[in-house]
Amino acid sequence: MARYLRYMVPLAIFALLVAFLYRGLSLDPKLVPSPLVGKPIPKFTLTRLDNPAASISDADFRGKVTLLNVWATWCVSCRQEHETLVQLAKTGQVDIYGLNYKDNREDARQWLTRYGNPYVANAFDSDGRVGIDWGVYGAPETFIIDREGIIRHKHIGPLTIEIINDEILPLVAKLKS
Amino acid sequence: MIPELGHFALILALSLALVLSIFPMIGSLNNTPGWIALARPAALGQFFFIAIAFGCLVSSFLTDDFSVAYVAQNGNTLLPDVYKVSAVWGAHEGSLLLWVFILSGWTVAVSMLARHLPAVVLARVLSVMGMVSIGFLSFLLFTSNPFARVFPVPLQGGDLNPLLQDPGLAIHPPMLYMGYVGMSVAFSFAIAALIGGRLDAAWARWSRPWTTVAWMFLTIGITLGSWWAYNELGWGGWWFWDPVENASFMPWLAATALIHSLAVTEKRGAFKRWTVLLALLAFSLSLLGTFLVRSGVLTSVHAFATDPARGLFILIFLCIVIGGSLSLYAARAPSVSSGGRFDAFSRETLLLGNNLLLVIITAFVLLGTLAPLIYDALGWGKISVGFPWFNRMFVIFTPFLVVLMGMGPLTRWKHQDPGDLARQLRVALLISLGGGILGSLPILHKGSIWAGLAVMLSLWIVCSLAISLRQRLRYRKGLAGLWQDLGTKGSGSYYGMVVAHFGVAVFIIGVTFVMQYNVEKDIRLSPGQSTELAGYTLRFDGVQGRQGPNYHADRGTVHVLKDDREIAVLHPEKRVYTVQTKPMTESGIDVGFTRDIYVSLGEGLGNGDWSMRLYYKPFVRWIWFGGLLIAIGGLLAASDRRYRIAVRDQLSALGNDGLIANGGS
Repeated sequence: MARYLRYMVPLAIFALLVAFLYRGLSLDPKLVPSPLVGKPIPKFTLTRLDNPAASISDADFRGKVTLLNVWATWCVSCRQEHETLVQLAKTGQVDIYGLNYKDNREDARQWLTRYGNPYVANAFDSDGRVGIDWGVYGAPETFIIDREGIIRHKHIGPLTIEIINDEILPLVAKLKS
Repeated sequence: MIPELGHFALILALSLALVLSIFPMIGSLNNTPGWIALARPAALGQFFFIAIAFGCLVSSFLTDDFSVAYVAQNGNTLLPDVYKVSAVWGAHEGSLLLWVFILSGWTVAVSMLARHLPAVVLARVLSVMGMVSIGFLSFLLFTSNPFARVFPVPLQGGDLNPLLQDPGLAIHPPMLYMGYVGMSVAFSFAIAALIGGRLDAAWARWSRPWTTVAWMFLTIGITLGSWWAYNELGWGGWWFWDPVENASFMPWLAATALIHSLAVTEKRGAFKRWTVLLALLAFSLSLLGTFLVRSGVLTSVHAFATDPARGLFILIFLCIVIGGSLSLYAARAPSVSSGGRFDAFSRETLLLGNNLLLVIITAFVLLGTLAPLIYDALGWGKISVGFPWFNRMFVIFTPFLVVLMGMGPLTRWKHQDPGDLARQLRVALLISLGGGILGSLPILHKGSIWAGLAVMLSLWIVCSLAISLRQRLRYRKGLAGLWQDLGTKGSGSYYGMVVAHFGVAVFIIGVTFVMQYNVEKDIRLSPGQSTELAGYTLRFDGVQGRQGPNYHADRGTVHVLKDDREIAVLHPEKRVYTVQTKPMTESGIDVGFTRDIYVSLGEGLGNGDWSMRLYYKPFVRWIWFGGLLIAIGGLLAASDRRYRIAVRDQLSALGNDGLIANGGS
């Protein structure tokens, strides 16, 4: 009998694989966390959205607790969360930086003029290369970065008032203390 | 009218695939010659109708028939004709059509070229290929019809993804699919042999050249894909361990194990059960790759359109094909005899070691690819597996594989005296150790342990190949002797092995050197300004606008100087395609045997200033050159005279029979 069982092993492995694949069909792969949580932010230097002659780099994130919000004008969910970001910026509890991702400079500027600008500064990542270093899967994504420049949290998808009150602000308060 | 014709041709092809998969199989089981004889005409008919369907889609693209939804999404009147044709496989529906087109092509090739097979075996092989074809044809017709019409008809098409508008990517999918689908031949031979209960050296000999050719195409496809990524993505990388890339790499690993294992089965009659399992595995991984790419269970930078309903269809199909074949294996394998005996130290054991290592690497790649999915499904949270994990795994296993690679060709079948082998390889060991030490010292570049290891492993392969060649040509003198030797039976296999293994040595150097000594620079330059990169001076001469057929480009000019002498002028471009308005980078590359200078435009910073990325990539060409050598090795091995002699002998004996069967179609 053991002789026969041996040849069933490949079949058994395959059955297990099918179970996972079947389960996988009903899961959302977009919700992948960043392997960067707990790591220092990736090194980068980009131009500022409002001024192509000025640059912004990873060094700007040192010494204070910040949010980095990845957004683009082509992204519908970014439009949805934008008002929330503006509100958050008004409270003055945390500096919000933006990473304008795979976008057009002119469009992005108009967007900020029209809908309000919650950002301290925006890095302009037109070809998404810095986004790749940050492990961006799609906009919007929001990172919380501590004083040492370590990424502490990543939120994928649009921010809502609930998420800000329940997740973002408590963590920001903790990092500040 | 033409799209309907294509659609109808696909339906006819499906009916013929049904005929092909049912009648010859039943006929072969209860020995009905008339039913067995149906195999060849059915295979030919299937190919004929799929070719018509394929031709229809090509013509819809060439005539910009935007009433066809697929053409409207991926075509455009401004697209150059070459890319109109390659747009056929630029997205989901069309690439599936290419899949079945190639599958039917392989089926016809088997039916024409494998006439020397016993009719019963051939009927079964073709029949199994027909079954696979049913799955893909129904997938096309029921979930992804490329000929579906759209109303109202758009005036202009959505254009081909700009990423795919590159000569490398135009031929990359067909090559890759030739490899994927070609694995179905080895698979079908294995199933036919399991059904017939005849797993013997003859079976191995029949399936060997087919497997080698499919493996060669897979090698070319992967190499081209890597080369395309390097040219087109603009960040100088050549492999990303992306799920889509892994999907092509896993069948390649399994097929590499298979071609080595087939050698043992053909020569020594050993490893039969293992070989047959590898044949099932190689094709199963090809199908799994299709599932991963097409179902959306994993995210990928390749981001093709994905759809869960299609995923479910492929999953059911996987269950039938892979589950069915593994069940057949479980039922039949216990009764297969063990075949040739061999000692603990022999070529057989070394090849077994090679096989185990390759299968372990395959398992690790599979695990790494599926880990995010497994974690998620078990509720352990979410992870992503990246570069470091895969790279570490390769650094661990490759040296063992290479050590075996050096010993293998010099080791005898059945029994080898270890002391004897050690004496033969003494020189190789000394040279490679010496080279390794030199390589890790800062002579050429700054030196590193890893570079030393790479030099050592490559020299080990090259030296042991040289020793093996010297032994083989012991009694033949000079070039004339080599020429004479090339004409002998079995020389194709031997020289194929030499070239492919040499390719591995070249590849190892390329990979390691480019990873160790890569120099990268992000910089802002004004026109006329120069910068220094790894001993070269790069002078930026500004950016001009240029209008392409379906894009507008900013074209930079960068002069590369070495010791004040100009050696190249590079034109990196930043393109914006008119329809999809996605910025695309075209890198400017000065290609060299020992280094590439790679310039990629960032963006305009006003006053003619541009940000730029500059790379110095030592030995990066060796990666693809190695891949090419490996593929050429495969071609040499597959063209071995002994396969052709076998065919000719059989043909002259059965010539009339073959003609009759052909005339029937």
